[in-house]
Amino acid sequence: MNDRRYPETAAERFEPPPIAFTDREDREVEIRAYDGAEGTEEALVAMYTAFDPSDRAQGIPPGGETRIRTWLEAILTDDCLNVVAWCDDEVAGHATLVPDDDAYELAIFVHQTYQEAGIGTRLIRGLLGHGQAEGVEKVWLTVERWNRAAVSLYEKIGFETSNAESFELEMALRLNESADEE
Amino acid sequence: MKVLCGIGGSDDSLRALERTVDRAAVAGDELTVAVVENPNSEVAVEEVTKRAEEAIADAGIDAEVRHLEGDPGSRLVDVAEREGFDEIVLGGGQTSPMGKITIGPIAEFVLLNSMTSVTLVR
Repeated sequence: MNDRRYPETAAERFEPPPIAFTDREDREVEIRAYDGAEGTEEALVAMYTAFDPSDRAQGIPPGGETRIRTWLEAILTDDCLNVVAWCDDEVAGHATLVPDDDAYELAIFVHQTYQEAGIGTRLIRGLLGHGQAEGVEKVWLTVERWNRAAVSLYEKIGFETSNAESFELEMALRLNESADEE
Repeated sequence: MKVLCGIGGSDDSLRALERTVDRAAVAGDELTVAVVENPNSEVAVEEVTKRAEEAIADAGIDAEVRHLEGDPGSRLVDVAEREGFDEIVLGGGQTSPMGKITIGPIAEFVLLNSMTSVTLVR
């Protein structure tokens, strides 16, 4: 059923969070793994409620606080891996790995106020570092093919196109060698 | 309204079937259900046909169930245009674990090529 192709070799090692840096707008940003700490979910709800609908992709983030909360509840569970980019107490961005059979589906969102400042690249690398440390082997994602900026970011990180036949481009990355590899 | 509902057995197509049948019962649509051969569907054509007939019987409406052989997208567009349908109804796509919606190749073809209005059921 699932015939997605993954790169043969594993990607480079990514540094796991916490990662602190100054973005291109001179803001202090810290990337941390989500650990269920109090207040994080509310801060995420605040970011997604204020998220520009024109940056939605394939229906996510959903519109309206109720739908946002339902969606977040489903991806902030223990079997998912989440990292958050913080600027003081505000969420600048969020990236997540959601399990799907033998692999994980990736998504990343950076709030409009914080876009084009280098946060997305750090955030996705932080998420992949977190995934590597947790033993995740395979990651895939879909991206709208017109979104050249996102596609080239994913390519730079090591994602390869695994399916180009649908509306959206599907890309895949091998994060760790499989345990059963010969 | 003369409605052509195309289904191949995927979950979203079966949801579209339910909603279209329910709507037809209320609105009095003249409904035709076209069972197509979706290579990505794990449900056999016979089983899909049975599901359609059951849904129609449950709703107590009169509707035709037809089997369309060949390429699903082009057959749906062709039948809708040649037989004067007002609308094509299809499943609105699959949802990934993340919650992302993906539209299948049949819906993509119909959306881009149909002169008949298309409804995707969510």
